[in-house]
Formats: sequence, structure tokens, C-alpha cells
Amino acid sequence: MSSYPPSGPPPTTTLRQRLADLRGPAVPPRPLDARALAALAANPGCGRRALLDGAGVDKTALASALGSPSAFGQSQFAIVRGNAFEARVKGDGGAELLRLVHEHLGAGSEPPGPGAHVPDLTAAGPEGRAARTALALREATAAAAADGTWTLLDHPMLALEVAGSPAYLEPDAVVVHPDGRWTVVEIKSFPMIDGAADAAKVGAAARQAAVYVLALEKTAGKLASAVVGHTVLLVCPKDFSNLPAASPVDVRRERAVTLRQLERLTRVEELAAALPEGLSFDPARPAEELTEAVAAVSAAYAPECLAACELAFHCRERARAADAVTALGRSVRGELGTLTTVEEALAAAAGSGGTEDPTAASLHRAARLRAEALEAAACPC
Amino acid sequence: MSTASRQRFDPGAAAAEATAAILRDTLHGSERGVVVDSPPGAGKSTLVVRAARELAAAGRRLMVVAQTNAQVDDLVLRLADKDPELRVGRLHSSDGDAYDPALRELPSVTLSAKPKDLAELPITISTAAKWAYVKDAEPWEHAIVDEAYQMRSDALLAVAGLFDRALFVGDPGQLDPFSVVGAEQWAGLSYDPSASAVSTLLAHNPQLPQHRLPVSWRLPASAAPLVSRAFYPYTQFRSGTGPGDRRLSYGVAGDGSGPDRVLDEAAESGWGLLELPARHTPRTDPEAVRAVALVVRRALDRGAVTVDEQSEAPTALTADRIAVGTAHRDQAAAVRAALADLGVDGVTVDTANRLQGREYDLTVVLHPLSGRPDATAFHLETGRLCVLASRHRHACVVVARAGIAELLDDHPSTEPVQLGVTVKFPDGWEANHCVLAHLAEHRIPWKP
Amino acid sequence: MSLLNTLARLEAVRAGRARPLATVRHRHLSERPLVLVPLTTAGEAGAPLGALVGTDPARPRLLVVPQPRDRDLRWAFLADLADEVLPYVEGYADDVERVERTETDPETGAKSKVEAELCLDAPQLIVPSRAGIEYVRLLGRSMRFRRTAEEDPENPYPAPSRVPLLGRWFTHLGERSRVPGASMLLSATELLGRHWATGQSNLEDQHLGALLSWIVPPEGESGAEAALRAELGRDRDGQLLVPPAGPATDPAFDNKLLAPAMSRYDAARSGDDPRAVARAEAAVRELVAEQMRPAWRAVWQSLELLRTLPPGERAEERWTRDRWSYTGHRDRVRAGEPPQPRRDDAVTAAQKLATRETEQVRLDAQEALDDPLVMAGRRLSGEAFAGEVTEIVMGWTESKRPSPRPLVTVATEDRPQLAEGGGKVFRSLEGRPQAAQFVRFEEDRRLIVLRLLDKMGRGREPEPGSVPEKGDRVCWTLFEHDARGGPKLPDPEKTPWTHGGPPGSRAAAPLPDTVTDEDIL
Repeated sequence: MSSYPPSGPPPTTTLRQRLADLRGPAVPPRPLDARALAALAANPGCGRRALLDGAGVDKTALASALGSPSAFGQSQFAIVRGNAFEARVKGDGGAELLRLVHEHLGAGSEPPGPGAHVPDLTAAGPEGRAARTALALREATAAAAADGTWTLLDHPMLALEVAGSPAYLEPDAVVVHPDGRWTVVEIKSFPMIDGAADAAKVGAAARQAAVYVLALEKTAGKLASAVVGHTVLLVCPKDFSNLPAASPVDVRRERAVTLRQLERLTRVEELAAALPEGLSFDPARPAEELTEAVAAVSAAYAPECLAACELAFHCRERARAADAVTALGRSVRGELGTLTTVEEALAAAAGSGGTEDPTAASLHRAARLRAEALEAAACPC
Repeated sequence: MSTASRQRFDPGAAAAEATAAILRDTLHGSERGVVVDSPPGAGKSTLVVRAARELAAAGRRLMVVAQTNAQVDDLVLRLADKDPELRVGRLHSSDGDAYDPALRELPSVTLSAKPKDLAELPITISTAAKWAYVKDAEPWEHAIVDEAYQMRSDALLAVAGLFDRALFVGDPGQLDPFSVVGAEQWAGLSYDPSASAVSTLLAHNPQLPQHRLPVSWRLPASAAPLVSRAFYPYTQFRSGTGPGDRRLSYGVAGDGSGPDRVLDEAAESGWGLLELPARHTPRTDPEAVRAVALVVRRALDRGAVTVDEQSEAPTALTADRIAVGTAHRDQAAAVRAALADLGVDGVTVDTANRLQGREYDLTVVLHPLSGRPDATAFHLETGRLCVLASRHRHACVVVARAGIAELLDDHPSTEPVQLGVTVKFPDGWEANHCVLAHLAEHRIPWKP
Repeated sequence: MSLLNTLARLEAVRAGRARPLATVRHRHLSERPLVLVPLTTAGEAGAPLGALVGTDPARPRLLVVPQPRDRDLRWAFLADLADEVLPYVEGYADDVERVERTETDPETGAKSKVEAELCLDAPQLIVPSRAGIEYVRLLGRSMRFRRTAEEDPENPYPAPSRVPLLGRWFTHLGERSRVPGASMLLSATELLGRHWATGQSNLEDQHLGALLSWIVPPEGESGAEAALRAELGRDRDGQLLVPPAGPATDPAFDNKLLAPAMSRYDAARSGDDPRAVARAEAAVRELVAEQMRPAWRAVWQSLELLRTLPPGERAEERWTRDRWSYTGHRDRVRAGEPPQPRRDDAVTAAQKLATRETEQVRLDAQEALDDPLVMAGRRLSGEAFAGEVTEIVMGWTESKRPSPRPLVTVATEDRPQLAEGGGKVFRSLEGRPQAAQFVRFEEDRRLIVLRLLDKMGRGREPEPGSVPEKGDRVCWTLFEHDARGGPKLPDPEKTPWTHGGPPGSRAAAPLPDTVTDEDIL
């Protein structure tokens, strides 16, 4: 697999300008966060999503302007609870958090004592904070080498170049071990009950953490003694309490996938180039115009998008209107082979398909068997 | 790897050293178990037969656990072949046709459905499923558990009380065992019943000696590096033969068609990718199925001959030395029908599951992802591709629709992650990319 | 999903309403099920917000926690829930029949018949969705290790007396529901999804309101339109027209309605006007109740729909296994055994997996035998074939006392995956499987010749009706009609070294969960 960042030529100002035009002249770009970057892997075949994200379009606003508002939102109860838990985990100068990192990923090192560092990372603006974080990481790595100091970076800011624009990422914490290793810590509010947690949520956390690992690797690459751990620490409430429980999570797989997807984001340029001049996703434009603009970039809708993309309800509506079998699920599409619309599939079931296509032939047999069975049930004679 | 190290590497010596260490730990070690990882074609059966004979010679009452009746019968035949004097019990189920009738001809083999009839014999062999019904027997001093990575943890639980010590042998790269019902609630437990027997064994006994057979005698020099890199990145192995030790050639020159050119490429390099135009197709893609059948037909028509390290004289490549591998049963059925249409008989056509542990000179593989609109966990499973790409002694031809690389790149990765479960790495996505990148160098576009 | 089910979905898209996936009901339905619609507090594991529960569709019991952060209020809720659920669950404990069952002596292995009690019926809980089943499990886990004041006088946060017991029953029901075909705890969405195919994806079928809209769309509206409205429709205040069937609430409801109402409740409690507190509490209760009522009605409507299907013959036989499961747990509770452990030991886990695999095989076979539409799917996949008998040729075994082995020729358009070499096939003869051996194909696989093997009596001539006649319609399966259980596993005390050895003292009761001042439960 090739190295990161992509070795291609740096994006030209024309691309930036082009993306700004697509966004709308007065609309500031929506910065990509780790969640959005991790979500790239949720449907990497979707050109629509790649372009809109790459151009920094606010998909929530766009979805509303299209008349199919997204249904994402967070309950304030969950937010309050999440914040309280994180504060508790990080309380007492991070002692508990460092203890957990040492317990699970200590690799035989000395436990962190009261001498552990928790540097102040405040600075002005994301760029300033990223610079401050990079400095703190350098210092912490040097301190680790000098006298085995543990360092906890609370809400550091990491910069990662994505398709030519910087994205700023804020992990919950990064710990620098005495051996110079850097570990990403993810603090989540779903519970770990008897050592197990919701696998879908852990998966999402792992993908998010993989983005942080990649961002850290860029910084670590400049330091001789720094290594970014490919195992992150997930911290969750234990059972039904608000005491922390932790578990190491191996994110090598997620890291490899995300790395490749980030590299492929360069295709945003091709996607943008293929669009007609004057096209715009500015939410201020009328809905019909936006619908047309969005339709100019092909999407790869599947029902799974509903849980991952703000634009999903719009794409679903279009997929249904186009009679696409994908609207019924990826597995349905996989089963139907070349028959991509409901109309085609039903025609094949009715027997109009040629004998060449085995799926059409199977569907025809299925229709015959289904009719026979329903008839038998209706008339128990 | 540098030329110098290649020259220094003596496969026979490396394999002999590994075998000696395994036997030492098995016969004289202090631990109750020994685990041996065996990559494709590394001489696992030879090791099992040798260990069985040495254990028997040392007077240890031995039971052998294999996973299928075919594997059990194969082991019995091999043992009888090596040592016609050694008395072996073949414990079988009470169903009439539970064993190979050829076993009846062997004087040293006792067949019975009752363990009591076999209790006095030095070696008793059966399937894990049959062993699980053996109760209240005098424990065996030693066991050999074959294909241990394909055995489920719960199956080992059912038989482990029957023996004191055991040698576990298997290939970690092949298909994992699975369950038709959900077992997520036990994910992360050391004894997850749906996990492999070896993972449970090692979770509870991490101190057990683990060995690995370092040389594949089956895979040619053209295949071992790729299979090793793609599927065994942390436990690399090498080919027992060098470049040029194995040769595949044809009596008749190619006619310039896709099948002929891909056969030439495979003869030259060990690999060939016959690429059909990109298209979403039904699972039993008629064009791809026909292309597979044509490749087989042409290999036979062109009078393919092989030369290998065992015999200098060229041997005709016959139908029984060719296998076709698919992901699904209906694909295998379609290929069989297509071969019958072309008048080809005697070629093995099966799914990856059924090809596990088997060996051929030439394999033709219908790529699991060919023509699919998307990949699923089933099609991406590392073990499936590994089995399909590692059955051959000479060459492997893969038939696929174009567009698999894009398909892999477009594959949504939203896998759930279970805490405490060791991640299998590389995963299928990564391994598929690796194999595909290599195949791309041997690509022949389809042409009738 | 099988191609046959995919076809049903495609038909549903075109028809604008759901299409049948079954011609009989494949799950037992109790005459008096207990419906439970729970809601939970966002962001907190197992912190209940409210529930509607009961056996009478017209009169649900409403339980609400007006402030989920308040431990006493949560205890009160769970105590009330126990008061509602336990009498129902325990109500089946005393009506028993005496049946004979075979037991194996652990020492000698000898089998003997013993008489045992089997409860005549068992409880059945219905929740709206799969997430509801998960929630029952979570509540079970959260309650069963709690200690009451009687058990542990030192405990600063004792649980109300019946709460741990409810936890044990919820845990049992949750585990049982993982067994394929088991019916003591079911969700409305899974029940409906088993019997009808909608014109939307499986994922969207998880929404009970949308799923029902496809099956019974309102007059003049298509299933697609009605489902869309049920799923996304909001009023002018941004509230969903059909609130989610839980246990999670809609964030817009939490933020705009619930949070302010709870703040008012908190404010009233910090004052000293009991009427203000009562008013504020009533307001929260009404809000939460309003969120649950549509799901309550939808679950009952689902049950009515399911009752329109005739019960599958073998579904009732499977219910007997649920009765055994219920009786077994009743006995463990009565014997004073400790609550189910946090995680299964090696033997228990393997045992459960084996049971579930056996039951899956049984369920697949039984559903096909009960329902021609399910059988059609097996025929399509080559696992069964149906056709007309065209010829019978009598034959006998070559023994001293010859038994009948007639050859039966069946003409079929199906394409069974029979391999030359003689696999076995089965048909149902008065509810019992009759076996035959595949002999050969004839006429380009259109004719299948079989040799009947059993169920023809002891005599030379087959018993009347045991051999099909020319012109009969017959259906043969390549799969067996019943499932064999696996071998017996070792006792947990004899767990082998490969699996960590015996799990240790099992008599020791599991420790209660750690408790802190700010805990959720």
C-alpha cells in the first residue's frame, strides 16, 4: 500500500476555487471531523458523498433545502451524561485514565505516578492548538526518553490534510508512554457490561480512533523515538455504574481501510471536473435546482446509508423513484444480478426474460412455485 | 530476500529441523499440548503419520481426531501404507456407509462402531463428532488432533476429557469454523464455543510450545511468496522447490485466444488472470462459467505436461490433476454442467470449503468477487481466497470480471468489533487487494 | 434472504402493500400474552423512563420515572414493574401435568423413565421490536444481582424485594428468546416480518409503525406512503407523528418536551407545594405515556393480524419446549439457586450453542412441512421436490423374511440437488417421516426414481396407505424432518484443561455490581 499523504501533485487553487463555487460563494466550508472521515468508509463507493464532503458542503443544510431533512440529532440527556462521564474519567489530574492505560497497555512499564504531565494545550484557533499539540507531543516524547515520564494530552488538536484541505481532529485524549509510544484514548458513554459492549458502537469508535492514529502518525513521523500504537484504549462506563472500564481495541484493520479511503479522496477533483459549470449546492438555492445539482453526481444508495449520511432520505427517495432494487437492500441487489429495477425483475419473474440469464430463469421458477403454494393454501382441497 | 539467503536456505533441512523439534516436544516435552501451524502443503499429513507411529512405538496409547470421515480414512490408509504391521482401529458411526470400503482390505485395520472393540489397539482414529459420543472409556495417553483450526471449540470440549496430552496440527489460514446461529454473546470469552479449538486452547494454555512447518512442498516457487505474504504475514514460509524446478508446458502452441494465452501465462509465471469485461452478473455468470470450462478444456486439448523435482520425465496433465474452485455450490454445479457440455470428464469441481486440504497440479478459480455488485463478509473471507489460491503444484488460473479492485475500494467497512476478540489480520479486504495486485501482472483480457 | 422472499418484496413494491411470506402462523401465540412497551433514558444504560404493560389492550398499566436520575424513583418503577409482571409470569407455575421423561443416570449411563411435572402453559411477553428484546435482557442483567434489604442489611442502596427475582425471569426470557423458534419473548416486528414481506428493506422493517403501514395501509393510501409518514412525519413543533416504538426516544422529544417538563418537576420538588409536584409529575407522565401509546396499540394490532393466520401444526409442538424451559426455571427459582452468572461457563455456553443449532435445524424443517410457501423456497433451492407419482414397481429385500422395497417414480419440474450414489429423501406420512433412497434420474432429470425404505409395516405386503399410488401428489425433502441433539458434554466440574479446567466454586453467589452514589441503577 502506498504511503500517505498522496504523492500526487498538490491540489491547485483552481480545485479550491471550484469546490468553493460548488459550495456557494457565501458559504464557508464545513470542516471535516473524525466522525465524518470515519464515515467515508461507510459507503466509499458513493461519489455524491465524496464530492459533497470533499467540498465541505453542509449536508444537513442541503438535505433540509432538498426537502428531505436528516433525522440525526442527539438527546441532551445523552450529551450531559457523556460529558459527566468524561470529566469523571479525566478527573484528579488524569490519574485514573493513566492508570487504565498502564493497566491495559503498559507493556511492563513503571506505573504512572504523581509526576505525570498534563500539559496545558490552550491556544488560539485550531491551527494554534494543533501547533501547541505538536509541541507538547515532542516535549512529552523527549521527557519520556529522558526520565520515563508519562504524559496525558487532554483534548489535543491534530491536523490532517484531506484532499488538499486541512482537517482538524480532536481526540478525547492521547497518552505518551515512557517508551515513547503514543496511545489514542476514546471515551464513550455506552456501557461495557461484563466486559462486552455493543459491537456496532465499538466498531464506530475504532474507525474514529483509526483517523486519530493516522493523524498522529504524521506528527510522529518527524520524531525519531515516537511510535503510534495501533491498539487504542476504549473507556466506557462499567456495567450500570459511572465507574470507568477499559478495553484495548486493535485498529490495524480500520487504519488500513481509512488510509486507503483518504488516498482515494483525491478523486474529488475528477468528480468536480466532470460537473457542468455554474452548478451549485448552495442551500439557499431553490429545491428543484438543488435536486438537479445533486442528481449530477451519482450516488450509491443503500438502506445502510440511513444511519450514516445526512442526505440518505433524499437519495432513498430518488432510488425509489427510479425503481432501483438497491432500495430494498444490498443483498437483494446482489441476488438479482443484472436485473437492477423492480420492473425488470418482475418482468423476468413473469417469464419475459430470456433463457440466457440464470437469475431471470430462477425468478421465473420462483414465481411459479410461489403462485402454486399460495393457491394451494387458499384452497385446502 | 537476498540471493545469498536464498542459496543458504535448505528447505529439506529446515523442515527436518522443525519436525524434529515438534517430535521432541510431543514425545519428551513437559507441557500437555503442542501446537503446530502448517501452511498449505507443508507436509501436515506426513507429520501426523510420523508422530502417530513414533507415539505408538513409544508405547503411548494414541487416539487421533480428524474432522471428516474422508480425512479419517485418508489417515488410516496413509498409516497402513507406511507401516502395514501397525494395528489401527477405525471407529466409525453406525450408519452403513460411514467409511471407505477400501479399509476392509487392510489386515492391520480393525473397523468398529463400538469403542470397546478397539480399546486394546495402539492407535484408534475417528472423527471429532464420533469421539464425542465415547463415554466412560479409559483415557488415552496421547491424542493427535488434526485440522485443529477447522475444529470448533465446543467440539474440542466434548472430546478433550478423553486424552491426557495432545498434539494439535492445522492450517490457520484456511476457513474458520462457523455457526449457523448467533454466538455473539460469547464473543471475547476465552472458550467461545464457536471459535476455533486452537484459539481456546491457547487462551487457556498460553505457555504451550507452538511450532510451524516452514516449507510448502506443494506450492511452487512462484506461489509461496504471494500466499505467504497475503495470508501469513507474520509467519512467513517458503517453497520447497526453487524457480524452474517445476515446469508446465503444452504439446500444442496457443491459438491466441484468451484461454490459451492465460494458460501460456500461467505456465510461464505460475499465475494467470483471465479478465472478462466488467459487468454485474448473476452468481452463475454464464460467460465466466464458460470461460472457466474452456480454460480446462484447452489445457487438456493442448496436451499439457508437467515436470517436477520428483520425476525428470514429463508427465501428462490429466483431468484428475486439475481442479476448479468456486465460492458457491451453484457456481460449481454450473461449471460441472459447462464442462460436461464440452465433453470434459474427471475434473474436480468444488467450493473452497470442500477443496480444503486437497492438492492438484493446475487449478482454475472463479474469483469469488467476479461480477458482484458488492462484496459481503462471505466473499471477503480470508480463508476462502487462501484455499482457492493455494491448491496447486504448478499453476493457478483465475477467471474474473474486471472491476474487482474498484469493488474492494467501494466496499463499505462498517464491521462490528467485539471486545476481547483477537483481530484476524490481514483481513479479507487486505488479502484480496494483495492477491489482486499480484494477479494484475498476469492479466490476459478475454478474447474468444 | 432467499430469492423467493426477494420476489415477495418486489411484488410488495408493485402492489403497494405487503405480500404474504407464510400461509400459516409459525409462532405460538398465547391466549393471554403480556405486552410490554418500555422506554429508556438516552445515554444511560438501562435507566428506564417508562413502560406500558399489561394483558388487556384497553387497560395498560402506566409506569413512569419522572426523574431518571433519582435512584428511589427508579427503584419504585422497577418494583411496580415487578408487581405487574411477576404475578403474570408466576401465574403459570402451579397448573401442571405429570409426564414421563427419559433420564440418564450420570454414574451408570442407564436410561430410565421418570415422572416429571410440566407446566400446562407458559407466559408469553411481547415487546414492539428487537431492541425491546435487547432491553428486557439488559433490565434482567441490571436487576438480578441487586440485593434486597432482607438479603443484605448493610447495603446502603437495597433493592425492593421482588426486583432481583424479576431480573432473573427477564434474564431467562431473554436467553430463551435466542433459541430459534422459541416463543416466550417475541417482538412484534420480528413476528410480522416473518409472515409478511414489505416493499422496503429489512432495515426499515425494524420500525413497527412503518411495517404495519405496509401490511394494513389506511384507506386510500399506499403502504409506501403510509410507511413514509409513519417513519418521518412530524408536526409543526417538529415532533414525530408516530413516536418510535422504543426503547429509545426521539431526540426532538427529549430536548423540546421531556427535558423542560423534567426541569419543572425538579423545580416543583425543590419547592414545598405538594400539589405543584403532583401537577409536574402528571405532566411528565402524560408526555411519556403519549410517546408509548401508539406502540402499545401497534403491538396489539400486530397480534390481531397474526391471529388471522391458522396456527402452524408444529409450532404448537415447539411451544411444548418453551413450557419445559419455563418449568425448568421455575424449579431453579424454587430450589433457591443463585441468579444466572454474569457470563456462561464453557460447558453451559457450548450446551446452549448446541441446543440453538439443533433447534434451528428443527425450525427450518418444521416450517417447511407446515407451510407450502416455505416448502416452495426449499424446492427452489433444490432441497425438496414435489410432483406426481407416475409408476410403482414392487420390490423386496433379499432376506429370509423379505420386506417391501417398492420403487416409486415421481415426475417433477423441480431441480433437487440429488447426487448419483443414493442420498436419502423423506416425506411426511401422517406426520411421521418416511424415508426413501434416491435411485436414479430418468428422462433428463424429469423423472426421479426412489426406493421406499420404511414405515410399511412388518409384513411382506406394505400396509395400506404406506405406499403412494400412481397419480398421487407427493413432496419429498432432502433434509430430515426432525433434528438430532448432539452428544452429551462433560459436567462443568469436569471441564477439561483445554478449556481452563473446572470453573471453580459454582456455589458461590456472584457478587453484586459495584455501587456508587451516582449510579444509574
